[in-house]
Amino acid sequence: MFLHSETDHIVTLTMDMPERSANVWNQASLDAFAAMLDALEQREDVKGLILHSAKKTFLAGADLDAIEAIAIGGKDAEELHGSAGALSELLRRLELLPFPTVAAINGSALGGGYELCLACNHRVAADSPGLQVGLPEAQLGLLPGGGGTQRLPRMIGIEKSLGLIMEGKRLGAVEALAMGLVDAVVPADELLSAATRWLEKNPAAKQPWDQEGFQIPGGDMDGYGAQVIMVATAMFQAKTHGNYPAGKAILSCFAEGLRLSLDAGLLVEKRYFIQLLLDPVAGAMVRTLFLNLEKANKLAARPKGLPRKAFSKVGVLGAGLMGSGVAYACAKAGMDVVLLDRDETTAKKGKTYSENLLNKRIKRGRSTQAKKQAILGRIHPSAAYSDLSGCQLVVEAVFEDREIKAEVTAKAEAQLDKDALFGSNTSTLPITGLAQASSRPDRFIGLHFFSPVERMPLVEVIVGKQSSDECLAHALDFIQQLGKTPIVVNDARGFYTSRVFGTYITEGLGLLAEGVDPNLIEAAGRASGMPMPPLALADEVGLELMHDVGLQTAKDLGDAYRPNPSTPVLQRMVVEAKRLGRKNQKGFYTYHERKKTLWPELDALFPRATAQPEVEDLAERFLYTQALEAARCVEEGVLPSVADGDVGAILGWGFAPFTGGPFSYMDGLGLKHFVSRATALAAQHGERFQPPALLLEMAAHDRSFHGP
Amino acid sequence: MGDCFLFDALRTPRGRGKANGSLHTLRPIELAATPLRALRQAHQLPEGRVDDVIMGCVEPVGEQGGNLARIAALMSGLGEGTPGMQINRFCSSGLDAINLAAAKVMAGQASLCIGGGVESMSRLEMGASGGPWATDPQVASALHFVPQGISADLLATRYGYSREACDRFALRSQEKAAAARHSGRDERGRIPVTDRNGITLLDQDEHPRPDTKLEGLAALKPSFKHLGERYGFDAVALQRYPDVERIQHRHHAGNSSGIVDGAAAALLGDGEAGEALQLKPRAIIRSFASVGSEPCMMLDGPVEACRRALSQAGLSAPEIDLWEINEAFSAVVLRVMDELAIDGERVNVNGGAIALGHPLGATGAMLVSTLLHELERQEKRYGLVTLCVGAGMGTATVIERLD
Repeated sequence: MFLHSETDHIVTLTMDMPERSANVWNQASLDAFAAMLDALEQREDVKGLILHSAKKTFLAGADLDAIEAIAIGGKDAEELHGSAGALSELLRRLELLPFPTVAAINGSALGGGYELCLACNHRVAADSPGLQVGLPEAQLGLLPGGGGTQRLPRMIGIEKSLGLIMEGKRLGAVEALAMGLVDAVVPADELLSAATRWLEKNPAAKQPWDQEGFQIPGGDMDGYGAQVIMVATAMFQAKTHGNYPAGKAILSCFAEGLRLSLDAGLLVEKRYFIQLLLDPVAGAMVRTLFLNLEKANKLAARPKGLPRKAFSKVGVLGAGLMGSGVAYACAKAGMDVVLLDRDETTAKKGKTYSENLLNKRIKRGRSTQAKKQAILGRIHPSAAYSDLSGCQLVVEAVFEDREIKAEVTAKAEAQLDKDALFGSNTSTLPITGLAQASSRPDRFIGLHFFSPVERMPLVEVIVGKQSSDECLAHALDFIQQLGKTPIVVNDARGFYTSRVFGTYITEGLGLLAEGVDPNLIEAAGRASGMPMPPLALADEVGLELMHDVGLQTAKDLGDAYRPNPSTPVLQRMVVEAKRLGRKNQKGFYTYHERKKTLWPELDALFPRATAQPEVEDLAERFLYTQALEAARCVEEGVLPSVADGDVGAILGWGFAPFTGGPFSYMDGLGLKHFVSRATALAAQHGERFQPPALLLEMAAHDRSFHGP
Repeated sequence: MGDCFLFDALRTPRGRGKANGSLHTLRPIELAATPLRALRQAHQLPEGRVDDVIMGCVEPVGEQGGNLARIAALMSGLGEGTPGMQINRFCSSGLDAINLAAAKVMAGQASLCIGGGVESMSRLEMGASGGPWATDPQVASALHFVPQGISADLLATRYGYSREACDRFALRSQEKAAAARHSGRDERGRIPVTDRNGITLLDQDEHPRPDTKLEGLAALKPSFKHLGERYGFDAVALQRYPDVERIQHRHHAGNSSGIVDGAAAALLGDGEAGEALQLKPRAIIRSFASVGSEPCMMLDGPVEACRRALSQAGLSAPEIDLWEINEAFSAVVLRVMDELAIDGERVNVNGGAIALGHPLGATGAMLVSTLLHELERQEKRYGLVTLCVGAGMGTATVIERLD
């Protein structure tokens, strides 16, 4: 695992874990590393140590299985106290070896991998493109528990390191050099010689924090550092409402540990690390945003045994906001795109959308003129259906109207090969119904993109009654080629995402009718962890649009239609008060030049009740109503995979990420607790909180969605 | 319970709390010793006769640290036998020092005490002593920590004190301070501060701006807007007070207390000590109370502190002839006046901290000095001193003038 070679008393350890594509920290590598330290600590003739990797990456961090085990597995503080500090202790031993050490960073060093580099006296990185260093643990609800919170600020200062660790940023070699995360960047083939040279020149190197009179660069916790922590704490609290323990733990590792010696600081870090491991948030976030996201990206839902399909030419019907976005995503992924609309001017406008996006990216240094030209060169605006000839897949993104959709479907299919796929980007209309307009409904599927397409990573794939396995498999191949994350759901009104997301707004609007202070409604939305409070969100979606959808649904469902709590509120706002939402600058908010304020007349329209609820209770209702609807989707067979349900909820509409998604949320509370609380809410606030039979049964049998 | 009489209460003038302030070159130990020495000399206190010296100080670090009260007692010639103790309840420290001294006397465990306070804000800046409230992330987030100015603006927003109302109150403070100075009545109880050669450094308050106009105040930029909006503190406060849509930033340098240097001390004791040393009991300490309140709103503690002190004294608000409500921020005083239905004509009649400045640890004792002398001048009976306090507290003391 650690290949040992020695020249002129300089030891080079080359990490090369067998049967793995990357080096990671797991029990085996920790054991091997410990054995290596045992041996080196006995040596008196060694003049230096170089750490290096035989893989493409240096060390990718903790093993996926290991992360799963610690985040979701054992929740015993005593046990974790014994085990969770293993890496940290080994790295301290490495640091205290009586000879200098260099990390020769040939590839990405992330998390525990970069913490290994921090424990060396010197870091030299190869100038390889794609090489990244950083401590991304916070993104998974964890903190760097191998000394990262203690060494990085001591090395580059509190202010610079805090942002990097809190946001879990990864830096390329050049940026890392500028920020001080590495000490030198050299061509890849000079890496080892540069490391050797440094060792020869610095035979007595010692970590700065192990030297007399060490001071944290840029101000310590008795100086500027304290101000940084004060402001960062407030800004973090402002943003997260106390929902994310990792950020607070990182802040505390800084605030507490940086007043102490490194050894004492490492103990502080270890205690907060264990606290995070004991907290359900980290486990839920790791499960959904790491493990299950990875599974979705690797197309876990793809029917087995069907050959993969690569897409080189696709069509997009409708050059509106969605169509233009889809065209951009396809062209960016290397496909030729025929972007079709009624007339060429409109179609061209759709292409301009991509041009504007690319210009912005160039301005921010994220793209180049050459790339822009290449991408734009692949987008072919057109008004002629005949141009669709040769397209392997067509994404329909026209107005949400059955007749229009039927018409363009027929026209497009007339130009397509018989095995081409047809994907409808509808967000609400049942796919099976739309497929009736198709001459080959087995090749017809729902591809629900989210707006803005270029930023939203999710695509909800809706399998119609007649969609074939092959159709699904190839649709997933297409989404993977776009670099997006698919979730697969079955056909029903609103599918999964729109349906569950809708309950959040419904609940928020319903509260107005109950006489709840709109300030409290919005505060509760923010406190619940949703990205936008419900009234503001309703304004963005459009009050008129929601009102129209309600009318349409009522018409479609006939006797089966039941008005929900938002119906009378929308009726009043749209019909009586003519407040249509953001688009006419009049909604629940009044829109001023740069800010918005709640419309003062709301109080008159929805008189306030004398007794006002607690924000915590409202926030609970927001998450419960969504979780219950998600559970109904499982019960009704709309959502085959709860893993997809969690991933889709966070990626699709920003369901409170700290929960790990609605199913992890219910699991975290315990289904018994969830069911009893939901039943109580139903008694108090209505049927919609009544837990479905599935939940009652699962609770009765002590089952959970992700567990046994 | 024995009586505790107030024999005297002296204060230094307040110097601008900046490098160009007249007291800036004075070491805090000298500033603290000044009113102690003045009391000793005025009343010819024998060495070791004072049973304790308790002094408030809010940033007791560096040259202001290490129990300045004892060192000041020694340096002012009160004698080796007189102990000293420094206390800190943030802004009410000077009043709490008096209350503690009074408590010792009333409990019969001391006969003669000095309570007072000191703060050299030009030398030790606010926050110099650190502490976990603001900078320990676990603490700051649990308590929804925001700086005082944000709390003041939250108070103004939630209870509807407009910018104009805050400015008008500030203007009145300046006008009252100017009138007090013009008539000379601000001199009562005030002692000059001299340098080591006896040359006067300062003999009158140097913070007031008697030419203040409403238009001038209206033009000042809010002091805490940037802090609140840019650095997340507004949002933190709103998480604690979700019924407020947004914080209106209404306080600024002109309607908030001034940063100044100063010290004050009061001589308190029982009847026996008064007789033995021929000290005239000028007032009696009727009651005092300290309370805790919600720490994010922070500054509305005086309301409950006053209620409790009044109830302990068996008095009601209308019976109080003169009020000294510390003008930390305009909205703080407006809130106390509204809640207790206080006649504005009885409040801070010689101006307050907006005009005169608020030397944190000393202010409480300064207000007792001001109140005692004004009760005597007007021949009124009851007076009440109260201050709002950081982290959500309030302290109030009721005194009764004796003929």
